[in-house]
Amino acid sequence: MANGGKSSKVVRYNRWGYYFLIPFTAAYVIFQLIPLIDTVTQSFFENYRSGLKQIGPNFIGLANYVKILSSGDLWQYAKNTMIIWLIGFIPQIIISLLLAAWFTDPSLRLKGQRFFKTVIYLPNLIMASAFAMLFFTLFSDNGPVNSILMQLGLISTPYKFFSHVAASRCLVGFMNFLMWFGNTTILLMAGMLGIDQSLFEAAEVDGATPNQIFFRITLPLLRPILVYVIITSLIGGLQMFDVPQILTDGTGDPARTTMTMIMWLNKHLYSKNYGMAGALSVLLFIITGVLSLIVFRLTKTDTDR
Amino acid sequence: MKKKLVSIMMASTMVAGVLAGCGSSSGGAASTQASSDSTQAAAADTQAAAADTEAAADTSAASADEGKVLNIQCWNTEFQSRITDHYPGYEKVDDTTGKIGDVTVKWHITPSDDNAYQNNLDSILPDNESASADDKTDLFLMEADYAKKYVNSDVTMNIADLGITDDQIADQYQYTKDIVKDESGNLKGLSWQAASAGLIYNRQAAKDVLGTDDPDKVQDAVSDWDKFNSLAEKMKAKGYTMCSVNDTYRVYSNNVSGPWVQDGKVVVDDNIKKWADDSKTLADKGEENTYELWSDDWAKGKYPDGKVFCYFGPAWFFNFSLAADDASSIAAKGGWGYVQGPQPYYWGGTWIAAATGTDNPTLVKDIMLKITTDPDIMKEIAQKDSDCVNNKTVLKELASDDSGNLALLGDENPYAMLAEGADKVDMSNISDYDQGCNEEFQTAMKGYFDGSYKTYDDALAAFNKAITEKYPDVTTD
Repeated sequence: MANGGKSSKVVRYNRWGYYFLIPFTAAYVIFQLIPLIDTVTQSFFENYRSGLKQIGPNFIGLANYVKILSSGDLWQYAKNTMIIWLIGFIPQIIISLLLAAWFTDPSLRLKGQRFFKTVIYLPNLIMASAFAMLFFTLFSDNGPVNSILMQLGLISTPYKFFSHVAASRCLVGFMNFLMWFGNTTILLMAGMLGIDQSLFEAAEVDGATPNQIFFRITLPLLRPILVYVIITSLIGGLQMFDVPQILTDGTGDPARTTMTMIMWLNKHLYSKNYGMAGALSVLLFIITGVLSLIVFRLTKTDTDR
Repeated sequence: MKKKLVSIMMASTMVAGVLAGCGSSSGGAASTQASSDSTQAAAADTQAAAADTEAAADTSAASADEGKVLNIQCWNTEFQSRITDHYPGYEKVDDTTGKIGDVTVKWHITPSDDNAYQNNLDSILPDNESASADDKTDLFLMEADYAKKYVNSDVTMNIADLGITDDQIADQYQYTKDIVKDESGNLKGLSWQAASAGLIYNRQAAKDVLGTDDPDKVQDAVSDWDKFNSLAEKMKAKGYTMCSVNDTYRVYSNNVSGPWVQDGKVVVDDNIKKWADDSKTLADKGEENTYELWSDDWAKGKYPDGKVFCYFGPAWFFNFSLAADDASSIAAKGGWGYVQGPQPYYWGGTWIAAATGTDNPTLVKDIMLKITTDPDIMKEIAQKDSDCVNNKTVLKELASDDSGNLALLGDENPYAMLAEGADKVDMSNISDYDQGCNEEFQTAMKGYFDGSYKTYDDALAAFNKAITEKYPDVTTD
């Protein structure tokens, strides 16, 4: 009797669990799953507008994919995206690790921690587009940065930041770095605070240097959070759009070297070319999946050892 | 306290971003017109009251058995202020509504940025006929760059079907009609502006280099592209930049021998190729700069320290784009002059079109006729808003006496030249694809001028790629 009563109670609780999942599932199906399936279907159709004329939808099989893959543009833009992401991400992860280690190190007793944590997070609160506009003005040919450099006598004529490949890519990377290093710092700090303090104390007693503690204790134990940070940042990086879009006014100048994959996708929406855009989205999905898997695998073998 | 500080910092950063946005907008005519609105809107209210009482009678009869709501699609408040100021019987209710007799006028304003205005039209116009009476779009505005897209489709009404005859619009310039003629020659829109344009030169620079600022002598020095280019060299020697490569683009692109797209294939006209060649030479020698129109860098030439010889622009450019209200600008000292320049061209202008399915055809016809043909109203527009109006007789009047003298041009009267220019503009080669082709060609060539593309052919390949993305139905070489 008592047993039966207990088990039925458990079942009832389970059912409540499912009820609570309904809103999420419904929202997921309506706003994610259906559009996802629709995107895949669209990618097999010719469907666009020329002026006011609607062309399609006509089923054309894999023609959209063939067109994208044969032109080779996708790889160019994928390369751009990865380069810009790395320019932003490498300094981001180094500085974030450093800051997180300092903030969580009890022996440093940093003052004004709350203030600095807020300040480093602030750039993330600004709209990326506003931030890009600001940089566009700062680094324009006759902008403040050029006048400062000229007054210092470092250059004699304005340096055209947006006409040089490295300069424009670095600007985009730098802005992404500024916007996201605070966020990463806070994530890594959470990870570091989760590490058992007694390990650090034991290491100190054994005479380990701060460097040894960082590389031998903090980093290995931080791995799950690091993997999370790298994968989320990678996915975010692959979907990079707003900063380069606004900074280059959608052109991806100079010579389309700052054109990211999503910017290219956006180009197809001018003519409401859902077929090509759909095919491109599916390819992007595959690229993202493959890259994430690689990162995941690389880090997993390490932890298994 | 901390929260407050944070919010202040955020707010100020965003404001900075927004301000930055103003400087770098890349739109063509639309953005200038937008900037002109604020000035005009203030003046609009005063006249509206006076106009109310006059002529409510002539329109109320017309609309008796027609729709009770007149829906107007536009991208800024320019046309709204023209109607408010000059259409008899228009009463302003609030910023987006008005009344003509017992018809409510609703203004639907969608900015042009990021193609939003056209996207909006594209979604509503095809289904306009089946929309409910009060939601039907009756009238919409278009710019020359994309007018053909709407003209060559069933969504715009034939002007003749509204009952407007050729005689009524005989005083309008031919090019303003060519732009809005469909494939079979039907007229689909009307404009009150004749935006013929020329070369606006810095008088001081002309004196320094040519030894005179007399318009006739200056015109001699820039009357064709060879002279223009050799003047650029002399300008450079005296420390002046001629202008931006983007300033001259429309002059070349308006004088082509065929449309952008012929038989579904993009053709780069010789004159457009010439623009790229000339501009590359001038930019490489530092005689022209490559600034985007409307950018902060480009605008520096409006001040004496900017050391820029000229801008290219029509009448609306004088008042709204030369910073005349800033005391330190060249315009404030009357330091500009106007000549026709190397080739006639036009820039900007707004066309009024009737949407198929309108339930207010009589009122739409009356608005079109009053604003684009009535000589009294058009003279009023010219004098109050400095539009170069689309009316040969009115322009002749303005040219004949001192009423057309402009202080910022050093009291030069440009109207005779504007009228002559409007007569010469040939827009028979306009096509559905002009906007995209012009934008993408300039973007690609900017890379060529700046050296991101090594050769013209590389830049051309980039242009072709961008065009097929924009217009999947068009082929390229």
